[in-house]
This record gives sequence, structure tokens and C-alpha cells, in this order.
Amino acid sequence: MKRINDLKPTELAIRKKPPADKVIAIAGNPNVGKSTVFNGLTGLNRHTGNWPGKTVTNAQGYCEYRDTAFVLVDIPGTYSLMAHSAEEEVARNFICFGEPDAVIVVCDATCLERNLNLLLQILEITDRVVACVNLMDEAKKKNIEINLQALSEKLKIPVVGTAARSKAGLDRLMEAVKNMPDGETLTFLPEYDKPVEDAISVIQRVLKRIPEIGINTRWLALRLLEHDDRLTNEICGYLNYDLKRDADISVALAQADRILAANGISQETLRDRIVSSLVGAAEEICAECVVFKNKNYNERDRRLDRILASRLGFPVMLILLTVIFWLTVSGANYPSGLLAAGMSELEKILSGVFHALGAPDWLHGLIVHGAFRVPAWVVSVMLPPMAIFFPLFTLLEDLGYLPRIAFNLDRYFKKCSACGKQALTMCMGFGCNAAGVIGCRIIDSPRERLIAIITNSFVPCNGRFPTLIAILTMFFIGAGAAFGGILCAVFLTGIIVTGVLMTFAASKLLSKSLLSGMPSFFALELPPYRRPQFFKVIIRSVFDRTLFVLGRAVAVSVPAGIVIWLLANISVSGGSLLVHGARFLDPFARLLGLDGVILLAFVLGFPANEIVVPIIIMAYMKAGSIAGLESLESLKTLLVQNGWTWITAVSTMLFSLFHWPCSTTCLTIKKETGSLKWTAVSIITPTIAGMIVCMLFANVAKLFI
Amino acid sequence: MNGIGTLKDLRQGQAARVKALLSKGSIRRRLLDMGLTEGTRVECLQKSPAGDPTAYLIRGAVIALRTEDSSKILIYA
Repeated sequence: MKRINDLKPTELAIRKKPPADKVIAIAGNPNVGKSTVFNGLTGLNRHTGNWPGKTVTNAQGYCEYRDTAFVLVDIPGTYSLMAHSAEEEVARNFICFGEPDAVIVVCDATCLERNLNLLLQILEITDRVVACVNLMDEAKKKNIEINLQALSEKLKIPVVGTAARSKAGLDRLMEAVKNMPDGETLTFLPEYDKPVEDAISVIQRVLKRIPEIGINTRWLALRLLEHDDRLTNEICGYLNYDLKRDADISVALAQADRILAANGISQETLRDRIVSSLVGAAEEICAECVVFKNKNYNERDRRLDRILASRLGFPVMLILLTVIFWLTVSGANYPSGLLAAGMSELEKILSGVFHALGAPDWLHGLIVHGAFRVPAWVVSVMLPPMAIFFPLFTLLEDLGYLPRIAFNLDRYFKKCSACGKQALTMCMGFGCNAAGVIGCRIIDSPRERLIAIITNSFVPCNGRFPTLIAILTMFFIGAGAAFGGILCAVFLTGIIVTGVLMTFAASKLLSKSLLSGMPSFFALELPPYRRPQFFKVIIRSVFDRTLFVLGRAVAVSVPAGIVIWLLANISVSGGSLLVHGARFLDPFARLLGLDGVILLAFVLGFPANEIVVPIIIMAYMKAGSIAGLESLESLKTLLVQNGWTWITAVSTMLFSLFHWPCSTTCLTIKKETGSLKWTAVSIITPTIAGMIVCMLFANVAKLFI
Repeated sequence: MNGIGTLKDLRQGQAARVKALLSKGSIRRRLLDMGLTEGTRVECLQKSPAGDPTAYLIRGAVIALRTEDSSKILIYA
């Protein structure tokens, strides 16, 4: 199991512009609007790579306030810095060793007491903290009154109330950051029991004499008292000073340990006391600064939970998914047709230009049929559904619904010895499996995190959705059918459910074999519901997700288009390379209910799943011939001419759902697990699953016709 | 509800206070981090549709715990 424990996320790396820039870390619990504060301060002019419920890439942005330039770093949302999950380590290391000029700790005004725990822990590391009490608007709605001035006096740090979604208070926040005094300040520090304080001061006295120690000595003394080897080693590495070899420290530490032992405080109880003191301090502070005028301020949330997370939870989940698909499919239909027609016109013009210039046929083919047609297909088929699906999904995310899905499904994950939060990472996988894989960092147990990483590609990412939708529409609904949209949505939901069931099966299998173990501790916060901000959600998901994914798809499909065209048109001994490849794969592909061309398309589609269908089209076009591909009708004709039946269609959909992850996802898995072995397992698992499912389906289905 | 039981026994709508945590190590740490210190009031809100986990109101936050973990939290009325 050693390898698993080495799982570590990449560290935060900061790109400063000029050295005079001030680096500001933005910390906070998850779901407190950290990213909204970040976006509000930096504007939308940068790409965060935000996916459902999660800041995936380490977002970094710039902001200028009154002639000072700030580099803002959005660090992972955590509840604490002491429990040593991967995310917490990144957050702690950045606050501790990243030498930020200040830390903004974003807190949820409706749940301040819980948020103060993290803030107090950060105060122990650095005195350069500004508290940003966000969601003041929500607190007002819930009749929660917060005395910010009293809070500031208690904590002895600047406290600014904000409602980041309407940008209220953000100016004052930056003002507070800019006005931070340069020297050391005496902030509030949680006080521990007398023996603990005595032990701290014994060690602190020695630490203060060592010039190499450039971090807070009180905090360091506490960590040494806890005898956490892993953290100590990390600190030694950072300070470039071996604390454990220092005789003075060893003597002081031994003395401190004796003080604790004499007072009956063991290692375990020491940790208890430390945490209890923090929690107690938070409680005390809140008692003085927060007034709940309405005791039942959470009533609306509880009522919603009684619908969304009760026995009605499952049907509501399926209905919501179906409705989203229905809106996506029916809404995308018309613009997709329009785009396809436009692209086809453009292609004619492009062809005209080539002919007018007297360009040779091969060049025309390479550019128009290769480099242009493939991305054109990708754009017209992918853009409309994405532009509808992403915003709708983001609305659910904004509402706070996704953690409820994890709550509803956790029991089944537990039965597979996995973690309920895997449901959240699957939701991220809907957008992009690579994002889903990174999102698995929210799962603390390394074993459960690996299971989530390996099974993430069982949810169809955005690159595969259009393929599924197109095949469904062609073979099972018939374009223009009265209830076509609804039927298609129901089928799509069925496909997702199949993917989810496969996830359970694979998770269970992994838990019984390669990754054997028991389900670990599980705690999931169900954050307050929030009214989604429709306009901002649309803007954000279009710019942050849709264009990002589309850009990547187009960037891959242009060179892929050229390569595929070449493969389809370079002839060796009586057939194109594509034909040879397809012929080679054909016998095996037939076993799976596919044909050689389809399987080859999936192989060549490794860089991006979006190009699977264009490859199929191009390969078939060589054999048969077809005028244009403006509509799905003509595409279907082409497919049927090449021997497609409904069995081929279903097998292709199943294989699209269950096969190796795309290259980006594989690279991400390698990066996240740091292990070739687990990357290989992540490739093999869905591939074998797909082969078994397709083989079973195709051969059983053939018995019935 | 009188005397001592575990958090698992709490029914929907009932509330109690934390007496002690039976878990050790990092789990204990996590529970404490959530604010489950001695004397903290906990209210049982609802069970997941599948029967497990259960959502509890702890210091203003709603947190879902599995039976395995809630059965290791001693409570008193």
C-alpha cells in the first residue's frame, strides 16, 4: 500500500509579475464563495478551470488596487489545516511556506462559528490575516446579525463584511489588505490549558534563538509537541534546517513532554485539547458577535432537503437529469442544424477558393476535408449542447444540490467500500474526466481516492455526449419525431444510470482486489442552499467551461483531421492506411458488435473523444460516397450503407461510455497518482469493462434477431 | 431520551449533547474539527433516502455521518 500513501497533489507555484507585487492567499472553508470573492477581485479576465463544486486548477489572478499590484492565489477550500488530507496539506504549505504578504480568510456569515476554526488556525501561523465575512446578504435574509466591529476587536485583525456575488464590500476588502501594517501585530491567539502553554513556551524559547527559523515559533512549537514526523520533515526541508538534530531543541522538547506527562496529558489528549481550545474559542467569539434573531433561520433549507434528500430524492434526481437532457437535446437541435448548414456553406466557399487558385486535389482534400471538416463537425455538434448543458448543470451546482446527490448515494458507495464524495467527482466528470480526476482530491482516503480516479471515465464527458446524442437521435428517435426530445433525454438518462451502475460494480471489484480495504471515515457537509445567479452562471459557464472545452477540442481536431485525412488517402498495396487498420481490427471489433472502422476510430480518438465520429465518417466516405453531411439523416444513410444496425448503434454507444480515457485524462491520472501502475489500471479497467459489456450485448442481441 | 446512548440512536428531530468520542487518531481529530467537543449540542435532521448516512446539525452546519462513525459518539440528553 505504500505507493498509495504517496499520492500528493502538485504544489502551488506562484508566478509573480514584478517582485514588488504583493502575494495574497485566499483561504476559507469549501462552499463559502471563495471563488466568487476571487472572481470579483480579479475580474473575469483569467481562466480558473472551475468545475462543479470545485476549484480545480490552482487559480491565480491579478488585481490592482490604488497603484499596488496584487497576485491573488485561490488556495483549496478546507475546514481545517490539521487533519492532513491532500488538500489541507497544499493549503497549509502555501500559508506556511509560500510567504504570502497577506491571507484573506473567507468566512460564511451564515455559519461563522464553524468557519472560525480555520481562521484561528491560520492566525496561529501568520498575523497577516484579513477576515472576509462573506454572504452577508444571505445572513441578512436569515435574520442573522453579525457585529463586524466586535469581531474585529476580538480577533484584532481587520474584518470586512462582503456580499461577493453583488461585489458589495470588495473595495473595502482590498483597502484593508492594502492598509495592513508592515511590522508584526499582536492578533488574537487561542489560549491553551496551562500545562500546554508552559510546554509551548519551553520550546519557543529555544526556537527563537535559531535564526534559520523564519516561521511562527509558537505554531512550530505546537507542531513539534504533536510529534508529527511527516510535518516536521516537511518543515525541516523548507527551513533547510534539521530541527531533529538540534540538541537544544531535543532537550527542550523532552522537557516539554515531561511537563505534559506530569499533568496527565498524553499525545492523544494533547491533540484533543488543542482542537477543543480552538473550537471553544470560536464558540466564545461567536457568542459575543453573532445574534440569531430567528431561531428557525434554516427552515427553508430543511424543507428543501426533505424533498431533495429524502425518499423523494431518487426520483427527483432522475427527473432533474432527464429534464436537463431534454432541454439540452431539444434546445441544441435547431442551432446545431444552423451551424452545420453554415459550416457546409463555408466549406463550399473554401473549396471554391482552392479550385479558383488551381490548388492540387490532395491539398484541397487535406485542408478542406481534413483540417476544416473535422473541427467544423466538432463545433456544430458540440457547441450547442455544451452551451446549454453546462449552464444548467452549473445552476444545480450553484444551488448547492450536488452534495445532496453524494448524500443520497453514499450508502451504495459504502457498500462498494468507496466514498460518497465520489458522486461529486463523477459530476465533475460530466464536464471533463480530467477535471473529475483532479477533483478526486476531495476524497481523503488514498484508497478511495484511487477508486474514484480509476472509475471516473465511466461517466461520459462532454466529448462523448454529442456522439451519444447523435447516435440516439439517428437510430432510436428519428429526427423530427413528436416526442423525440423527451425520448432521447430518457435514453440518455438510462445511459448515465448504466455508467453509474458500472461505477459501483468496478468500485466494488477494485475494493475486493487491487485496492482491498474497508470504507473509511466519512463526513459530508450539506451547505446551505443558495439562490443561483442566473446571468452570472451563464456567463461563467460559457466562458469558463464551454469555450475552454471547445477550444481544446478544436485544437486537437485540426491536426487530427489532417492526420486522419492522410491515413484515409495514402494508399499502400491497394488500400488506404485507414482501410488496412480497420481491416486488421475488424474480426475482433465484430465480436464487440462494432466494425473495424469504429474500433479504429476509438483508437485514433485517443487524443480527444470528440473526433471519433468524424473519423468514422471519413473512413466510410472513402468507401461509399455521399454528397454532404448537413443533416443527421444523411449521416444515418451513410452509416446504414456501411452495415450499421441498431445493434451496432448500441454497441458503439456502450463502447463510447466504457473505453480507455482520453490522453489528457491519462496524463492527469499519471500526474495525480504519480504512478504508471495506477495509470495503467485506469486505462485497463474501463477498457475491459467495455469489451465485456459490448460482447455480451452484441452476442445476446444477435440471438433475438 | 435519558442517560447515555450513541449518536446513531438519535431519531429525526431529536437533539442531544456530546459526552465523549470513542474514535481514535485522525477520525477523532476530524470529529473534533467539526466542533464535536464535549457538551456540544447535536440535532438529528434526517436520514439519507437509502437509510444511511444521517444529516446532523452541528454548530450551525449540516454534516452527514455514517452509522459506523455516529455509533462511536457517546451522547447524553
